[in-house]
Amino acid sequence: MSVASQDNATRTGVFARAAIYTVLILFVVYYLLPLYVMVVNSLKPLDEIRAGNMLALPQQWTIAPWLSAWSTAQIGVSPTGLKPYFLNSILMVVPAVAISTVLGALNGYVLTKWRFRGDNIVFGLMLLSCFIPFQIVLIPSARILGELGLAGTVTGLVLIHAVYGLGFTTLFFRNYYEAFPTELIRAAQIDGASFFQIFRRILLPSSGPIIVVTVIWQFTNIWNDFLFGSSFSSVDSIPITVALNNLVNSSTGVKEYNVHFAGAILAALPTLVVYIVSGRYFVRGLMAGAVKG
Amino acid sequence: MAQSQAEIAPVLTHRPSRTPKEALQEWLPKLVLAPSFAIILIFVYGFIIFTAVLSVSGSKLLPDFSTWVGLGNYVRLFNHPNWITALKNLAIFASLYIIVCSVLGLGLAILLDQKIRAEGLIRPIFLYPMALSFIVTGVAWKWFLDPGIGLEHVMQDWGWTSFSFRWIKEGQYAIYTIVIAAVWQSSGFVMAMFLAGLRGVDNEVIKAAQIDGASTVTIYRRIIIPLMRPVFLSAFVVLAHLAIKSYDLVVAMTDGGPGTATWTPALFMQKFTFGRNEMGMGAASAIIMMMMIFAIIVPYLYSELGGKNERR
Amino acid sequence: MSFLEIVNLEKSFGATRILKGINLEIEKGGFLVLVGPSGCGKSTLLNTIAGLEPITGGEIRIGGRKVNDLHPSKRDIAMVFQSYALYPNMTVGQNIAFGMEIRGVPKEEREKAIREVANLLQIGHLLDRKPSQLSGGQRQRVAMGRALVRDPQVFLFDEPLSNLDAKLRIDMRTEIKRLHQRMGTTIVYVTHDQIEAMTLATKIAVLKDGVLQQFGTPAEIYNNPVNMFVADFMGSPAMNLVPATIGGNGSGLTVEFARDGGRPPVSIRLPNAPAGMERFKGKPVVFGVRPEALTDPDGADRHAIHVETADLMVDVVEPAGADTFAVTHLGGKHVVARLRADARIHAGEVTPLAFNLTKTVFFDPETQQRIV
Repeated sequence: MSVASQDNATRTGVFARAAIYTVLILFVVYYLLPLYVMVVNSLKPLDEIRAGNMLALPQQWTIAPWLSAWSTAQIGVSPTGLKPYFLNSILMVVPAVAISTVLGALNGYVLTKWRFRGDNIVFGLMLLSCFIPFQIVLIPSARILGELGLAGTVTGLVLIHAVYGLGFTTLFFRNYYEAFPTELIRAAQIDGASFFQIFRRILLPSSGPIIVVTVIWQFTNIWNDFLFGSSFSSVDSIPITVALNNLVNSSTGVKEYNVHFAGAILAALPTLVVYIVSGRYFVRGLMAGAVKG
Repeated sequence: MAQSQAEIAPVLTHRPSRTPKEALQEWLPKLVLAPSFAIILIFVYGFIIFTAVLSVSGSKLLPDFSTWVGLGNYVRLFNHPNWITALKNLAIFASLYIIVCSVLGLGLAILLDQKIRAEGLIRPIFLYPMALSFIVTGVAWKWFLDPGIGLEHVMQDWGWTSFSFRWIKEGQYAIYTIVIAAVWQSSGFVMAMFLAGLRGVDNEVIKAAQIDGASTVTIYRRIIIPLMRPVFLSAFVVLAHLAIKSYDLVVAMTDGGPGTATWTPALFMQKFTFGRNEMGMGAASAIIMMMMIFAIIVPYLYSELGGKNERR
Repeated sequence: MSFLEIVNLEKSFGATRILKGINLEIEKGGFLVLVGPSGCGKSTLLNTIAGLEPITGGEIRIGGRKVNDLHPSKRDIAMVFQSYALYPNMTVGQNIAFGMEIRGVPKEEREKAIREVANLLQIGHLLDRKPSQLSGGQRQRVAMGRALVRDPQVFLFDEPLSNLDAKLRIDMRTEIKRLHQRMGTTIVYVTHDQIEAMTLATKIAVLKDGVLQQFGTPAEIYNNPVNMFVADFMGSPAMNLVPATIGGNGSGLTVEFARDGGRPPVSIRLPNAPAGMERFKGKPVVFGVRPEALTDPDGADRHAIHVETADLMVDVVEPAGADTFAVTHLGGKHVVARLRADARIHAGEVTPLAFNLTKTVFFDPETQQRIV
């Protein structure tokens, strides 16, 4: 809806329109400014940042900070750049997203189409689990990872992210399948299709949008996670966010701002690309995650 | 008719069966759900109990189930200046964060709703920070607000030599810089929620108001914004929840500093449990955080789900 | 011999009893219509026959075989759903053949069956389309095709026409009837539309609140409703149910209707009153007369054994093309009379109207049951 109808708009006048556009443009600048600062300064030599103006374009363009951030910058004790940690994140994200999405889809299917006594309690408990502050599970999680022999491994992080993503993936699929006509399931039952046949042949082909939404949501959340990564990783399983923080907040040596900015963009790149490519689904996931609980 | 009943009713529930294969088909749904449910029960609810038990134990470096201190950890917690700082910071951060995000979100949504030509271009720009990690946001704003190279430096470079903006380095104000960064990250999302709400308002109601001679401002003030109540509620719940959990952004921007000026409950939990070997107190602080979140979330979910059941 | 039998069927959801001791049966090739208002349990009853919902008690037999515990796919039934329930990701042809595919029927056989059904329903040109590309009527046909291809012992229809517009609904109704006459399969059909029930059924079961109210042929249901609910529910416009009192002198009984404004009651003789009427003498009853049994004296049924005329004030006249309806006031209620289209009648005038007393029924206002 829009209140300003055609003639209303003319009455409000050019003046008001101009004011609206001015305010909007100011906010566009506000939202873009940090990104601009990061990009511009990641392409400058360090002394130009120190001596010059952060908002100015580089006088001397260089990609050296990017190369450094990727492969040679000092992170923790070793000068490896962000590359190995980027790979860690990929190794962590892909299986965790896959596992939690598949389980969420099956859970949503059972909770809407094969209902049983107490199913609402099961769902309620899974839903509530989305909102716990993860601080409350940190200590026991560390212990159980230790007992499973997964402490400080990528596998351990995969397990943790899959487990604590389950609530959300189940919620997404349940809400989506709730609106899926139950008569179709009944028709398939009369046609003799089994539990998994119904899922695979009837439900799954119609689940494209919600799969995309769920995968994007999980990918973004797990890639951007810092708490679990910083709590449960060891030297060779550190994910990118933790590595970036180590790079920026290391107390020794010279602060290489340009490398920090390049590293920050590298860490943000996968989720930014996902957002740019499929922003519509990204927003839908945010909404579903927020409004529905 | 039985449309409504059918929805409440199980599509297919237990029925005495003939063959083992059919019996399997009947138990399959529950078998499929069981592992996930078991995992949630253990990893979420079991762990909450575990942490609750820790919070009344004398655990220091490692879990210790031989000494019990009752509510001692909680008493120490609420007498500890760092925890009080964390709570004060949370109060400042949460209230500013929620208010500014809501006002900004609603305002931008209303502006974007005026048949803006470039809406398709502007909206994604408002929203993209939501795709970034708090760590990335923290790095960007940490250096942008840094007096040495950031905003202050820029202003002085442009000739405003007396300009001073060093909040991030000042204990009294540092928490506000975190608000600035957090608002930057989340306000676009709140805008999107309000925009969706505005677009959901029944067009005929607005036409009726226009025929009644109401001005645009009046229509928003008297009709549309009151209809946004559910969106305000959702936004409040989401933002409050994010605020209580806020951790990454603080770590990236100030790591709690200067001193302990920007500690939040989440940071307190981390530092006490893993840094100062006060696991009992750490667990107690986590329990308090959970109680704060549940105090907001549980009534909300209850009304959401309860309302849905009635509608069925 | 009855082909589908339902004996003492009980169905509860938790503490709520949805179906309360239903007994029904239909012969082979019969057309059973389950009719009733929203929430009466008719769709639940159909779902229990299909095996889509488990029953709490009683028995369901198809062709003499008890099917209580059988999976829906093994009951030898087919079902057409209200929403048609076409699989959105499959073409029309795949939709029709899905059941056979699951059963592992070879491809050539499937194609042959699809072609036959497509010819029968004239949907051959639609076989490669997706359901989303079809109109409502076409979807309806495909849904029927999917049911037909199973060649089941019983067809189940769950309000199949309720999503179509008025004209298409009547066309499809005729089509279903034609199909039934041609194939001779047993059909159970759920609807809330009593005209559909009357036109299609060989037997009608009227349900209310999970209780079977009446079970009989359309004519029985229409002419001899057992209680006020059935009388009111079946027929359009509905039967007039008028509060009245039984009076009488030595020679016979009369039925008296109060009129407002302190005018004397309208009194009609009842020479052939049913035997049970005697004990209602001096007591209130509910007098039921269908609009077509209350008409202008010239238009009254010549074959009716007993017609009585009374002068009544007409409030509203509604010409409806084929007929003219006149609304009058009797016993404190609006009463609709159905007159010939060319009947000379004006609102605000007193007009003689003829009661066809062979077609009237009486109910006990306390029990709501028919007085026999």
